[in-house]
Amino acid sequence: MNDPIIKFEKVVKRFGDLTVLDELDFEVRKGEKVSIIGPSGSGKSTVLRILMTLEPIDGGMVTVCGEPLWHEQGPNGLQPAGEAHLRKMRAQLGMVFQQFNLFPHMSVLRNITEAPVKVLGLSRAEAQARGEELLELVGLADQADKYPHQLSGGQQQRVGIARALAMRPSILLFDEPTSALDPELVGEVLTVIGRLAEEHDLTMLLVTHEMRFAREISDRVCFFDKGRICEEGTPEELFTDPKEDRTREFLKAVLD
Amino acid sequence: MQWTDYLPSLMQGAWVTIQLTLYSTLLGAVAAFVFGIGKLSRNWALRGVSIAYIEVFRGTSLLVQLFWLYFALPLAGDALGLDLRLPPVLAGVLALGLNIGAYGAEVVRGAIQSVHSDQHEAARALNFSERQTLFGITIPQAIPEMMPSFGNLAVQNLKDTALVSLISLGDLTFRAEQIRNFTQESTTIYTMLLFMYFGMALVLTALMRLLERFVGRWRLAGN
Amino acid sequence: MLFGFEWDLSSPLAFAISILPILLLGLWVTIQATVVGFFVALVLGLVFAVLKAAPSRFIAWPARLLTEFIRDTPLLVQLFFLYYVLPEYGIVLPAFLTGALALGLQYSAYTSEVYRAGIEAVSRDQHEAARALNLPAARTFTHVVVPQAIPRIVPAMGNYLVSIMKDVPVLSVVTVLEMLNVAKIIGDRTFNYLIPLSMVGGLYLIMTLVASAGVRLLDRQLPKQGLPLK
Repeated sequence: MNDPIIKFEKVVKRFGDLTVLDELDFEVRKGEKVSIIGPSGSGKSTVLRILMTLEPIDGGMVTVCGEPLWHEQGPNGLQPAGEAHLRKMRAQLGMVFQQFNLFPHMSVLRNITEAPVKVLGLSRAEAQARGEELLELVGLADQADKYPHQLSGGQQQRVGIARALAMRPSILLFDEPTSALDPELVGEVLTVIGRLAEEHDLTMLLVTHEMRFAREISDRVCFFDKGRICEEGTPEELFTDPKEDRTREFLKAVLD
Repeated sequence: MQWTDYLPSLMQGAWVTIQLTLYSTLLGAVAAFVFGIGKLSRNWALRGVSIAYIEVFRGTSLLVQLFWLYFALPLAGDALGLDLRLPPVLAGVLALGLNIGAYGAEVVRGAIQSVHSDQHEAARALNFSERQTLFGITIPQAIPEMMPSFGNLAVQNLKDTALVSLISLGDLTFRAEQIRNFTQESTTIYTMLLFMYFGMALVLTALMRLLERFVGRWRLAGN
Repeated sequence: MLFGFEWDLSSPLAFAISILPILLLGLWVTIQATVVGFFVALVLGLVFAVLKAAPSRFIAWPARLLTEFIRDTPLLVQLFFLYYVLPEYGIVLPAFLTGALALGLQYSAYTSEVYRAGIEAVSRDQHEAARALNLPAARTFTHVVVPQAIPRIVPAMGNYLVSIMKDVPVLSVVTVLEMLNVAKIIGDRTFNYLIPLSMVGGLYLIMTLVASAGVRLLDRQLPKQGLPLK
C-alpha cells in the first residue's frame, strides 16, 4: 500500500566519460506531486527520460508500480528489458516535452487521438470524444482543426499536455514545460498544470525553473546537484529554510 | 520532306518515351523506399542487400546496366537453366527503374534521417511501436523533404530513357534516328528532338512541383 | 582479336583473364574522355556562370535559358546533334573530341550552378566587411570570395567528375572505343556477353569507389573556412 510508485535504487547513468547520475536513490509515492529543481547538468531531465524509457540505465534499478522498468524477469533471473516489456511499462507513463514535440503533419485533434486509436485500440469516435473533452480541459476546444504551426507556443504546450493525458497514464512527467515559452505565455500553461495537480490524483514529476510555481503546487521539492539529490523536503522546508549550503547558493542565484 | 511530316512518327516515339518514364519512375520510387528504408534497418541482411543494391546501381554506368540486362542476363540464365531473355521494354524499364531507384534510396534515407529525433521521442513516449512511428510519424514528415530531389531525379530519368533506343526500343530518339537515317536531315530532326525533350521535361517539372505542394499541404495550412 | 590481343575461349576464367588487357585499354579511353569532358565542363560552366550573373538582362536571361535547355535534354541527343550537325557547318572533329565536347556541354549546365551557389554561399557579411575595409571589387573577389568558395565548390565538382565517368559509355554510339564499347565488340564476336559486360560493371564499380574516396579525401583536406592566404 505504501510502496512507492517510483523507486530509483543506486541508479547510475553515464554519457561517455560524464557520469550524470551517480548512484541516485529517489522515491515518489502514488499521487505525489514532486518538483525537481537544480542547475543544468545536474541530471534532472535525465531522471525523467529514464522513466519515460528514452534512456537506458548503466547501473542500479528503477522500479515503477512495483515492477522493474529497465529489467525483466527472465529464465535465469533479472535480465535487461526487451522492447515488449518496455512497451508494457511505458503505458503507465506520459511525458510533456520542453519543445512540445507535436506532430506537425497532424491537426491538433489528431495529435491527441492518434495514439489512443493506434496504440490503445480505441475507435476514432471514442478517441475523438476523449480528445474533445481534453481540449475543453486545457481551454483549446476551438482549435481542434488547426495545425501546430498555426498555434502559439503556450497553446502548443497545452495540446502537448492533452495529448499525454489522452493515454490515461498514472504518472505524468513534465520536462521543463515552460522553459521554451515566451514569458507572457508561461502563465496559461502553468494554470493548466496547476489545475491538474489540484483536481487529479495523478502522480506528477515536474522539472522546472519556475520556483514560485513549484512552491505552490508541490507536495515535495527535490534539489538535484551533480547527479544526486542534494536536499529534499516540503516546499516550506526547502524554500524558506534550506539546510545545505549548495541549496542556499542555488536558491539565492535563481530567486534574485 | 517538311518537318511537320516527321511529327506523327515522332509523336508515337514520344508516347513510348512517356510510358517508359512513367513506369521506370514508379519502379524507381518503390525501389527507393524499399532500399532507402532497408538501409536503415536493424536487420543486417536487409541492410546489407540495400547497401549492395545502392552501391552497385549508383556506382556503375546506366548504359552498362542496360546492356547487361539485355545482353548478359540471358546468358546467365542459360547457365542456370532459366529463360531470362528480357524484351527490350522490360530491360529498359528495369535498368532505368533500378538505376534511378538507387539514387532515390539515398534521398529517402537522408530525408528520413533528417526528421528530428524529438519526433521519435514523442512517439516513443506515446507508446507507438517502431513500425507505427516509421510509417505514421517519420515518413509523412520525410516525404516533403524528398520531393525537390525526386523532381530532379524524375527529369534525369526522362533524359535517360533516350538510351533505350540503343537496344532498338521504339522511343522518341529511336524514331528520330530512323527518320534521320532515311532523310539525312540531321539539323532539323535533332533540333526537333531537343525541343520535344525540353517540352516534356518542363511538363514533368511542373507536375512534380504540383506533387510537391500536394504532399506538403499541411505545411501550407492556414496560409 | 582486338587491339592486337587474342582472347582465350577455353574456359570462363581464361577468357576473363585474356580480355582484361583489352578492357583496360578501353578503360584508358574512358579515363581520357572523362578528364577532357570534365575540363570542358569546368571552363564552359564558368563562362555560363559569368554570363548568368551579368547585370544586363539581355545577357543573363538567354544564358539561363540555354543552360536550362542543356540541362533538360538528353546527353545522347546532344551528342548526335554535335556529331551529325557540326560537319554540315564545316566543323569536323574526331569522334573522341565530339564526345568529350558533348559531355562537357551537358555538365557545364550543372557546373555553372555549382559556381554560382559556391560564390553566393560566401556570406554577404564578407562582402560588407570587405567594402568597409575599402577593398577594391576585383581584389575582394580574388582574395576574399574565391578562397572561401573553393572548399564548397570542389566536392560538388568532384561528384560531377564521377558522374561524367559514368556517362562516358554513351560515346560508344559515335564509335569511341571506351570500355563498354570494347566489351560489346568482344561480345558481338564471341557471343559471350556475360563475362565482358560483368567485368566492365566490376571495373566501373572499382573506379567509382576509388574516385569517390578521392573526392572525399580532397574534401577533408580542404579547410572549411577557406583556403589560407599568407
